[in-house]
Parts: sequence; C-alpha cells; structure tokens
Amino acid sequence: MALTKEQIAQRIAKELKDGYYVNLGIGIPTLVANYIPEGVNVVLQSENGLLGMGPFPLEGDEDADMINAGKQTITTLPGSAFFDSAMSFGMIRAGKVDLTVLGAMEVSDQGDIANWKIPGKMVKGMGGAMDLVASAQNIIVAMMHTNPKGASKLLPACTLPLTGVKCIKKIVTDIAVLEVTPQGFMLLERAPGVSVEEIKEKTTGRLIVNGEIPEIQFV
Amino acid sequence: MNKIVDNAEIAIHDIKDDAILMLGGFGLCGIPENSIAALVKKGVKNLTCISNNAGVDDFGIGLMLQKKQVKKMISSYVGENAEFERQLLSGELEVELIPQGTLATRCMAAGYGIPAIFTPAGVGTEVATGKEVRNFNGKDYLLEFAFDADFALVKAWKGDADGNLIFKATARNFNPLMAMAGKITIAEVEELVPSGELDPNNIHVPGIYVHRIFQGKNYEKRIEQRTVRKS
Repeated sequence: MALTKEQIAQRIAKELKDGYYVNLGIGIPTLVANYIPEGVNVVLQSENGLLGMGPFPLEGDEDADMINAGKQTITTLPGSAFFDSAMSFGMIRAGKVDLTVLGAMEVSDQGDIANWKIPGKMVKGMGGAMDLVASAQNIIVAMMHTNPKGASKLLPACTLPLTGVKCIKKIVTDIAVLEVTPQGFMLLERAPGVSVEEIKEKTTGRLIVNGEIPEIQFV
Repeated sequence: MNKIVDNAEIAIHDIKDDAILMLGGFGLCGIPENSIAALVKKGVKNLTCISNNAGVDDFGIGLMLQKKQVKKMISSYVGENAEFERQLLSGELEVELIPQGTLATRCMAAGYGIPAIFTPAGVGTEVATGKEVRNFNGKDYLLEFAFDADFALVKAWKGDADGNLIFKATARNFNPLMAMAGKITIAEVEELVPSGELDPNNIHVPGIYVHRIFQGKNYEKRIEQRTVRKS
C-alpha cells in the first residue's frame, strides 16, 4: 500500500531530533508538524520571520500580523522570536537551520531539484526555495514517487528548470525512502506491501538496491 | 526637522511616473495600505515595484495593477492574482523573479551601504544567467547588486516623531530592510507617538532612515489564508 500524504509526513517526522531548528515547506512538509515525536523538541522556522511557530489559532484568535510563509494565520509558542526577512535567510544561509523539508516536482539522482517552474504555465516564482536548497545542510524532499500521469519524478536528470543543484540528501515518497549518493538513489525503505520491483519500475534515475529492503516503520 | 506629514497623499506627493519603489510586506501582511491607496488615487504610472509579492486582485499592489500603474514587478512570488497573470501573459507587465533571500539581502545591502553581495541561491539555475560566479571555500556564489530605489513605502506598528519604527510580529518581514534602503523612506504607522515615548531599546529601525512618517488610518489588514484549529 502506498503511503498517504499524512504517512509520508509521519515517516519524515522520525528524522526530527531533539533541539532541531526546522523549516517546513508548503504542502506535505507542513503536515510533519503534526507528527513530532513525544519528547522531541523542535523549533519551527517560518521564513517570513519567525522561530517558534505554533499551531493554527482558535477561531476568533486570528491575527492578520501573524502568518506563516504560506500566508496562513498561525500562533507562536513560548520562546518564539520575530525577525526581518534578511535575518531569516541569513540564518538559513549560515547553516543554523538543522533540517529543511520541501516538496518537489522532480529530483535527479545527483540530488538536483526542480520545484518552481513549468515552462508554458504561469510562473508564480521561487519564493524562498532557491535560498533554502542552496544553503541547508540537510534537506529532505517529500513528494509522490510519480506525477499524476504516472511518470517517475526520480530521474537521471531534471527536465524542468532547476531550483538547486546537488543539494538533496534524502527523499520520502509514497512508496519509498531513498538517500541520494554519488552512485544514485540508494533505496533504504519501502512502503508496506510495495515491492522493490515496483519501486524499480517507477524510478528512472539510477537506483541502488543492496540486500533486503525493510518496510517503513512509523514508530 | 519635522518628519511628520498629515496623510498618505502628502507623503507620496513627489512620487512621479517611472519611479522605482520598494513596498514592504509579505503577502498582505504588513503592507503600506495607505500609501498604496494614495498612489492609486494619484494615478502615477510606469512604476517599478520591488516587493516580495504582488497583492491579490482587489488589495495591496493588485489595486495598482488594476489601474495599470505598474510597468515592472521585482518579486519572489506572485501567485495569487488573476489580473497580474493577464497582464504578464499579454506582455503589458514585466516581471523579474528573484529568490526571496536574495531580494531581502539586496535591500539590506542598500541600507548598509554595501554595493553587492554573494549568495549561493540560484547557482546552477536560470537565475544565475549572466551573473558573476565566485568560488569561496569550495562553494559557488552569485554576485547580486544592492537595490537602488527612489522611494521605500513601509508600514510599522508604532512610530514616533523622530521616525523611529517598531514592527509587530510577522508584519515586520521586508519592512525594516526597505525602510533602510530607500533614498526617501515613507513610513505609515498604526500608532504615531510624540518624540521620547518609545523605548530606545526596542527600536527596530532608527529614525535616521525615515524621511516622512504619518499616522495611518482605516487599516483593513486583510487575511489571505484564514486558518483555524478546533479547540
């Protein structure tokens, strides 16, 4: 069974370590905040200028001056701090953010990522994605393994305009967990009931399969 | 020295056609609502607007787009605006998309008197086209220049007669950087107080960067994505 978006987020949450500063992108990455393991304290960074982002507000408590990078109303947690956009990307460039999770349209087996532009379609912009992928030490991509037409999103080379080069370290899809190595995508885990053969079929980039591949565990 | 002006119309009186403007805000959060309304009323045209986003159809910079006042947008994300898309596809509007951190830091550089910066954002992508690449300690960086804007229009929470500014929550975003970067900086504030009433320890932008300040009015502070949780 392929993972749901929530389960992808749940699997990524296992990568969180106590004390991490984490930037979560829009979409599946945002859901990771719902699965932070018990006893693990992480501080969420929102690149519009906040460390210590909390959950959505209760109805009636929305504050127009308090939003996340997806322009959603949010709250702060005790110990939070506000800052301007230059400082926000300063801490990202300086490597202070321990983990970045973001979505992608394509990832290459070199770790290149494309997630901002489709030629022929209205281009909305890269937002902070290029800054994040160029600087973060530890980037996990959360995405579906194939696009809606069934074509692989894990490729020998990206076909779409790039967001960043040789920057992605790990990918969690609906059917697999993979690490980007100099030799290509190393298969680490597979979704429960999904065969290695199916993952091979759906991966057009170089795929390395060493020995038995365990099923994804959520806890 | 009197920095206080009565209203937005007076504050922006000398903004003319073809001006290069910076406008603070992230989405609709912390945008200079009063100055934008005054620019729409004045009808100046051919503006270049440096702003992280371009508003929505009927609010923020979207109001200026409706009146076809904008020649060029320099932004990182312009997602939420149908009129913007129409003008872009028809060629009426020019758009330069740049990474958000690069946008912020090019503002910062202007306010700090630094002509250019090196950033890794965009290396190996189409953003790098035509730009100098320099390798420092084994990593490539792009040369990006400080912005040169005629006016910066910013919105603060509190300000005083000396032009000192304090921002609230995530409405800070690009506002302090742009306030520091404008040749002429116009600040509108939710609460304008007499000189000496703000704690000097808490000032985000010192008044030296602010040329005109006014008490804003009728703030709508529209929320773009109202999201709530159940108790």
